[in-house]
Amino acid sequence: MRRSWILAATLGLALAAPAWAADTIKIGFNIPLTGDIPKVGESSKYAAEMLREDVNSKGGLKVGDKTYKLEFIYEDNESKAESAVTTALKLIEQDEVLAIVGPNSSKQAVPAGQVCDDNETPMISPWSTNPDTTKDRPWVFRAAFLDPFQGPVAVDFATKTFQAKTAAVIYDLSNDYSKGLAEIFKADFEKKHGAGSVVAFESHGTKDQDFSAQLTKIIAAKPDFIFVPDNYNQVALIVKQAHNLGWTGPFMGSDAWGSAELMELCGDDCKGHYFSTHYAAAGATGATKEFIERYKAKYGYTPDDVAALTWDATRIVLQAIQDTGGLTGDLDKDRKAIRDAMASIKEFDGITGKMRFDEQGDPIKCAVVVKINDQGEFVFTESVCP
Amino acid sequence: MLSTIVQNLLNALQWGSFYALIALGYSLVYGVLLLINFAHGDVFMVGAYIGFFVATFLLTQAAGLPGWVVLAVTIPATMALTAVVGVTLERVAYRPLRRKGANRLYVVITALMAGLILEHGNLALLGASRKKFPELINEVVYTVGGVSFTNLKIAVILAAFAVFVLLHFIVTRTKIGMAMRAISYDKFAVPLMGIPIDTVIVFTFILGSSMAGLAGVLFAMSYPVLEPYMGALIGWKAFIAAVVGGIGDIRGAFVGGFLLGAVEILVVAFFPSTFRDLIAFTVLLVILSFKPTGLFGVAKTTKI
Amino acid sequence: MSSQPTSVAVRPDGTAARPTAFQRWSVPALTLAGLAVLLWVGQSGALTKYTQTVIMFMAVNVIVSASLNLVNGYMGEFSCGHGGFMAVGAYVSSVLGVLLFAKDRVFGPPLLPPEWALVGFPLIVLVGGLAAALAGLLVAIPSFRTRGDYLAIITIAANYIVISAVENLDVIGGSRGFMGMKRVVKAMGRAWDLPWMLLWSFGFAVFTLWILRRFVYSTYGKGVMAICQDEVAAEIMSVNTNRMKVAAFMLSSGLAGVAGGLFAHIVGYVNPGSFGILKSTEALVMVYLGGMGSLSGSVLSAVLFTLLLEALRPLQIIKWIVVPLLLILLMQFRPEGILGNRELADVFPGLRRFFRFK
Repeated sequence: MRRSWILAATLGLALAAPAWAADTIKIGFNIPLTGDIPKVGESSKYAAEMLREDVNSKGGLKVGDKTYKLEFIYEDNESKAESAVTTALKLIEQDEVLAIVGPNSSKQAVPAGQVCDDNETPMISPWSTNPDTTKDRPWVFRAAFLDPFQGPVAVDFATKTFQAKTAAVIYDLSNDYSKGLAEIFKADFEKKHGAGSVVAFESHGTKDQDFSAQLTKIIAAKPDFIFVPDNYNQVALIVKQAHNLGWTGPFMGSDAWGSAELMELCGDDCKGHYFSTHYAAAGATGATKEFIERYKAKYGYTPDDVAALTWDATRIVLQAIQDTGGLTGDLDKDRKAIRDAMASIKEFDGITGKMRFDEQGDPIKCAVVVKINDQGEFVFTESVCP
Repeated sequence: MLSTIVQNLLNALQWGSFYALIALGYSLVYGVLLLINFAHGDVFMVGAYIGFFVATFLLTQAAGLPGWVVLAVTIPATMALTAVVGVTLERVAYRPLRRKGANRLYVVITALMAGLILEHGNLALLGASRKKFPELINEVVYTVGGVSFTNLKIAVILAAFAVFVLLHFIVTRTKIGMAMRAISYDKFAVPLMGIPIDTVIVFTFILGSSMAGLAGVLFAMSYPVLEPYMGALIGWKAFIAAVVGGIGDIRGAFVGGFLLGAVEILVVAFFPSTFRDLIAFTVLLVILSFKPTGLFGVAKTTKI
Repeated sequence: MSSQPTSVAVRPDGTAARPTAFQRWSVPALTLAGLAVLLWVGQSGALTKYTQTVIMFMAVNVIVSASLNLVNGYMGEFSCGHGGFMAVGAYVSSVLGVLLFAKDRVFGPPLLPPEWALVGFPLIVLVGGLAAALAGLLVAIPSFRTRGDYLAIITIAANYIVISAVENLDVIGGSRGFMGMKRVVKAMGRAWDLPWMLLWSFGFAVFTLWILRRFVYSTYGKGVMAICQDEVAAEIMSVNTNRMKVAAFMLSSGLAGVAGGLFAHIVGYVNPGSFGILKSTEALVMVYLGGMGSLSGSVLSAVLFTLLLEALRPLQIIKWIVVPLLLILLMQFRPEGILGNRELADVFPGLRRFFRFK
């Protein structure tokens, strides 16, 4: 008896279809609220929620001569590839969204991109850096720049600023973002300084907390600086442990450092180091500054790069919807119009920089290198454009 | 070269200490109940968070207290509170199943589920932001002959050894320790001898969970980034360590913990680090195929 | 159906020794009917692709839980590394499929005409299963000397070893993952426009159940249950326990490999991270939720578990508190799983008239 209740309840929930309201625009969010990286999902959700309230409080989004209220649907993909696929299908078919924002990490963005491309629904991944996500997929876009651009930025900057001849790398083996960036960095650095100039190339696992063996090896190799293309939570541990093992040299990081939480977790240890990223929070001006301050006031912490990129990605979608000049109500036609509008955006002025899309759907935008100053702020140091 | 080896041995001792402290909890419970308490890694996580809240509470409410006083209060308080969590798990989830005579593997699955609830309960309650454990003692880096270590590192290693001596004493020299060994020897005869079996089991959980709490605080001080999933991987690996040592034996858990720590660190030190898991687990497989019941395990014909 | 009980020998469980025509043909007929329904559903679009995908994952989960049940339920071992074998099957069949039937950046043009995927697909999935079965030896051989919780460790270690090996193989993408399987699936669709993945998932699920049932209830396979009851006694009763263990482990891991191959082609992308301990844990949960040593229990729990995970999506984070809580409650009320070690026919004896379970 009990069993049949559960069954009935399950079926009931599964079949409860959302009601369709004519004057709303639905956008789906395929984000990891649980699993390995819940913080990424939370940032995305918060940023999107802020944007939705913004638009709706002004009456809604004006498309052509009609104004629509926004409805954002947040679905958890549990940081799993298979769940990202079903999530994408559910958003496309059950919820009938016009476009999808997410997934964030490439492990989910690559398969979900396939689903969106097959089902002709525009998708934009805020954070995925794997080329496969958008490659040969006209319906898939992204807001973050790719690893092949960011790697050389780090090499050039370190060569110039630290007068580096040798480098060491520590990266996350199971994280394709980290691994990809580490390999591109290594190839580019060795091209510049000769084979063997990357004196140590060490990996660790995603949930590792102890890096002492890798760091001991790196420090023994005496590099001029250590490149750490890792997520900020691991950066905090790596930098601290390196200092405990006697390392006093500089660190260079990547955009995954760009979280306000970095300073909270890392404290004094991270001060004085550099990383390349999408935008500099300290000294930001205009819309970027406004976004950071409002986000901080609303949720109590400075937004990280995921939040900023989600904000931009979602605004790109809204911009594309407005560019269509009017929705027909026919889902297939509208999705096609939105895709075409997205692909033909000339220049989008986002809070993470100006960007437009190339033919693969990847953004062309500038990177900045920031320094962490003694107040723990990310200070603009230099800007590199492709 | 020598300094590199000594440095790596120190690293291995510190990392192994955490495996050992968590493995002790697995082994204690297993020794008495033959239960793989898969929630133990998450109890460790809860311990770290409890330590965080106690320490932060003390630092804000009684500002001006020196760090070592806060630490001296935090450790026993955390151990006590974590023990409460462990005992609650046993009372709410495991004991009813045991009473019903369920296959012990169902209790194992229940433990897995309880671990998931602890993880996601934490995520839902506290949000996804990671927590930074406050610095209670001033970490000092000493460098002697190319070998760097901190006062904290030494303290962790000493604490692990002290805990081992204490637990070994309790299990082999005290009356309740004797009762624990008796239950694992013959679960059915023990109640007939007038030994309160449930009391002994609760005591076992108190011991195991408070050790997890201690490990949590020490861990949070050494690796000050707290997140809901921090106990999952280290929990699985500590379980592996306990089994390689010979599960159910205090010495086994202790040696197994240090062994796993040493294997992981030394593989990275002398091989390409991408092969760490591959080589480390192959070594463990080889050990188990030569000593099928672990290093300290006693061969006995058991059936499930 | 009325049978003539007068002249027919009777088996211990009260059923006729020789199956009636109805009993004999009920399963093939049902399978065909199932395939027909799926065909109609896929072609007419009566079910959305989302629902279809959920059905496919359901079938994969059925294979996973039923195959693990052979080792953990019928044989009474505690294997927690099923995800590793899925990974082997997934990678082998994906690489083969892409190599043979699809254009790829690394492997170049396909070796065979893409239309051949139509017949080639089930073969590559089976080859993936075969490879996973060989990987199963990794666990089977240590199991001669050890069992119980020590074997649990060996399986977990095997899982880690497989994942770590894949991460180190840059030819197949390493931790970046491997893709291109959708091109194989699409090649099948171009050759003959049918919902192939739906049909094959269902087909392989039925195949798994059929082969497992044949195995465990055959005279030879009764040795598996004998090992569960008492290994020493089984040895004395002339069961070659080592050979039995090898057979059971290889069959179980081989079927897990088949599930992995299907999974890879449904998702269209594989990544070593998808087959970690978490996947193995899900498999364990499904086995014990359904009941140790009950095939129908495994099917039921796999279907329920998949539905539950999808249905509770709106709860977001709370979902992963509610699902384990539900399972814990279920264990408290039914400490032997949904069906215990019984089959559906033991619960509803009426079913025996239509189908022979043992």
